[in-house]
Amino acid sequence: MSGHKEPFITKYLFSYDHKMISRQFLLTGTIMAFVGMVMSLLFRLQLSSPGESFWILNFLLGDKWAPDGVLDPNMYLALVTIHGTIMVFFLLTAGLSGTFANLLIPLQIGARDMASGMLNMLSYWFFFGSSVVMIISLFVEAGPAAGGWTVYPPLSALPEAMPGSGLGMTLWLVSMSLFIVSSLLGGLNYIVTIINLRTKGMSMTRLPLSIWALFLTAILGVLSFPVLFAAALLLIFDRTFGTSFYLSDIFIAGEALDRTGGSPLLYHHLFWFLGHPEVYIILLPALGLTSEIISCNSRKPIFGYRAMIGSLLAIGFLSFIVWGHHMYISGMNPFLGDVFTFTTLLIAIPSAVKVFNYLSTLWQGKINFTPAMMFAVAMVSTFITGGVTGIILADAALDINVHDTYFVVAHFHIVMGLSAVMAMFAGVYHWFPKMWGRMLNKKLGYIHFWITFACAYGVFFPQHIQGLAGLPRRYYSYSEFPMFEGVADIAMIVTVFAVIGGLIQFLFLFNLVYSMFRGPKAPQNPWRSNTLEWTTPVEHMHGNWPGELPTVHRWAYDYSNPAHEEDFVPQIVPLKDGEVDGGGH
Amino acid sequence: MTTFLIYLVLILGIVALVQLIRVSEISNFLNGEDGIMVTDKETNNIRYMFVAFFAAFIGFYGWLVWRFWDILLPAAASEHGKAIDTLMNLNIALITIVFVALHIVLSYFLFRYAKTKNEKATFNTHSNKLELIWTITPAVFLAGIIIFGISAWNDAMRNVPEDAINIELYARQFDWTARYAGKDNVLGKANFRMINGTNALGIINEKSINDRLSAYNEKIAELEESRKSVFPGGTNDQEILEEITLQKKHRAYIEQLQAQNNVESYSVADDDILAKVEFHIPINKPINFQIRSQDVIHSAYMPHFRAQMNAVPGMMTQFYFTPTMTTEQMRAKLGNPDFNYILLCNKICGAAHYNMQMNIVVESEEDYNKWLSEQPKFFTAEK
Repeated sequence: MSGHKEPFITKYLFSYDHKMISRQFLLTGTIMAFVGMVMSLLFRLQLSSPGESFWILNFLLGDKWAPDGVLDPNMYLALVTIHGTIMVFFLLTAGLSGTFANLLIPLQIGARDMASGMLNMLSYWFFFGSSVVMIISLFVEAGPAAGGWTVYPPLSALPEAMPGSGLGMTLWLVSMSLFIVSSLLGGLNYIVTIINLRTKGMSMTRLPLSIWALFLTAILGVLSFPVLFAAALLLIFDRTFGTSFYLSDIFIAGEALDRTGGSPLLYHHLFWFLGHPEVYIILLPALGLTSEIISCNSRKPIFGYRAMIGSLLAIGFLSFIVWGHHMYISGMNPFLGDVFTFTTLLIAIPSAVKVFNYLSTLWQGKINFTPAMMFAVAMVSTFITGGVTGIILADAALDINVHDTYFVVAHFHIVMGLSAVMAMFAGVYHWFPKMWGRMLNKKLGYIHFWITFACAYGVFFPQHIQGLAGLPRRYYSYSEFPMFEGVADIAMIVTVFAVIGGLIQFLFLFNLVYSMFRGPKAPQNPWRSNTLEWTTPVEHMHGNWPGELPTVHRWAYDYSNPAHEEDFVPQIVPLKDGEVDGGGH
Repeated sequence: MTTFLIYLVLILGIVALVQLIRVSEISNFLNGEDGIMVTDKETNNIRYMFVAFFAAFIGFYGWLVWRFWDILLPAAASEHGKAIDTLMNLNIALITIVFVALHIVLSYFLFRYAKTKNEKATFNTHSNKLELIWTITPAVFLAGIIIFGISAWNDAMRNVPEDAINIELYARQFDWTARYAGKDNVLGKANFRMINGTNALGIINEKSINDRLSAYNEKIAELEESRKSVFPGGTNDQEILEEITLQKKHRAYIEQLQAQNNVESYSVADDDILAKVEFHIPINKPINFQIRSQDVIHSAYMPHFRAQMNAVPGMMTQFYFTPTMTTEQMRAKLGNPDFNYILLCNKICGAAHYNMQMNIVVESEEDYNKWLSEQPKFFTAEK
């Protein structure tokens, strides 16, 4: 299986090997993340100093979109839109799931590779194509899509409504269609692999929580992405073939459109039927990785393993019946507000269980502060901070006044964005030795962690206050409003933190690239972890294990088991006489 | 030159970082560390830093609230808004307690249970009792919040009282128009096909329908006339014929509208009044806002009244509230003589989305009636 020299193309480009595909996802996701991050820095400059000239804006956007260094309002909306799209889909969906599902599923369940290497390769290349189309859309004459990442029609359906709804929007839809294909190919593969290819002894109740989380994520994706595809398809019809699924009674650009009978609310429903599970498609892998890293670095079993699985299942199920909380004031029947308030607030229960279980995993542990562990702790913190404000937004009555304000921006950036990004950093620091066989520099990791964590809160926490002042999101400028005068000071705080936090990510990028080639060689099991991936050779090989597949004898969390000498017991170690698996769980 | 300098700085920065890593690797080697294990010194620093960090974070929260207290929205100026404010304050108090308490616990655990030498952690895997407690406790609190929340929502969304004043808020890229129903308190019908330069809301009455039909008839007659000067059956003639068919189609729509209406439904529009820039509403009277859009989705957001509803093309949405404080009262309360209630657009709608606003004036009923009587009726106003 190994030993012979593989040609460059099949080894690095069109590889069927899940470890290589995982690295491809990580690198593509990282590049997209930097694009999205730089965009956010550009519009932050405008938000803290409206109408002021910045050399960098003109340098990056040119005379058309930033004449004299002042950001054009249409370009502002385009930046906000593409930033959102890239971060939600390209970084936190494909970047996060794509990287860690590909890396961890075969390695942690004891499989030689994914069920279908071919589909897996296609999944990456569809994602790659999708990324390329999205980047190309930035260079279109009239600008990229600019109707917000939710691209509500009619704004997104009619080129008359805004310049970005022309070719830019078409490319957005093409890109998203490719993305959905990628996501479905990947998701189906993950599900099949986890169900069919677990090694001997690896029962579902011995699976690490990372695999449980990735499994449920894949199911959510497979069930919800097709609905987004339907929404996108109908939008394409409305834009191209003159149908009116979402259009009715519109007078625009001096003309009454001959389109009646459609409803923009239909799009809302279809979009958010994906849109809400999508939040958990982002969050569940984050929770899974965090569970793994916290348990390993507290040298303790994850507290309440079964409750953790149960809460993942509950969150996954509930995520399908809460989409209406994005639509309380959309004009849907107010009665539905009651229903969705109820279902949405229920999600707080399994989420609370997760937080309490994380905390009690730390309790009486022996915490090993690796950079990965610190990012996992940061994830627990952001999950708490962002999660509690969800209780306000879930409530239809309270949502009336904070809907689409900065309060919402603060909430979802912290609970979804930061939590997932922190978990992704944690995952990269933790599994980098497995991915590249080398270690990331720890000291740079610490510097990266503290500045990132401080800036993350510095950027998003003050936005709650802006929201409670009534400031709407997606405003190019608020200097026209006397009531928002005081908001400017907060905007300045946010921008300063954003710029520092943004720049420090280049340190991480440097650490990543440097360590790939020059980092110290990784030992077999650097974190003294129980899971199967650390039993494979450091040097990658097809098929993962040189000989037989390992047999699993115990759950993944026998850390500090008093029956054993060492403070960790790998899953391949047979049970001693009279020893009960899972700590008697 | 600047570009060159930037590249130079970038290159030097990377070189510096490489050297930094080399130095840290060498110092690791000299100290006998492997760069993987977390040293005792590091552990000790980090646990203090975490405590300091979370303390600073909670302090930052306090500072933000203290420093920016005055820019928060003032207490609700509407009846249903009071329940919303109470619920909001309760929620914020509750989540602040949870947020602070959990961070204190987190900091304590990180500090207390940081790694020490060669000891094993305590092997506790689960506790059904504990887990039951922290499933049921949030559930109980949430049940309270759900009940309170749903009742506040139903209260805000309950059926509009019959004596409510009907006002239409009409959105388009990028402005608002408020339409008053006049004496009869019934808004005239409107249709998007009736929209033109002089009738931006497409309001239907006898006059507007007849004007529209005669405009089409004139246009069609004009086109028929111009056919005489072109070669019959030629390309130009074809174009004109197509244009005639189109105009006839448009006319047919208006004729349809005409057929759907009768004299009675025409006349309700006669006394409608339009307001731009600012609109007035009386205190202590329920106002029923009927919200429509001409082109894309907008959202009518009136933050001081805790009111928001999307304006959706193709359908009418509504939101009603009873204002409880006049503009003057609010100015006195805030000590700000320039204060104005405001209507904003809060759904992304295009380039000038950020500046789609209208002032709202709340005043006594007499002042309101006086203001309204001074406003010209739309169909009789000079244009």
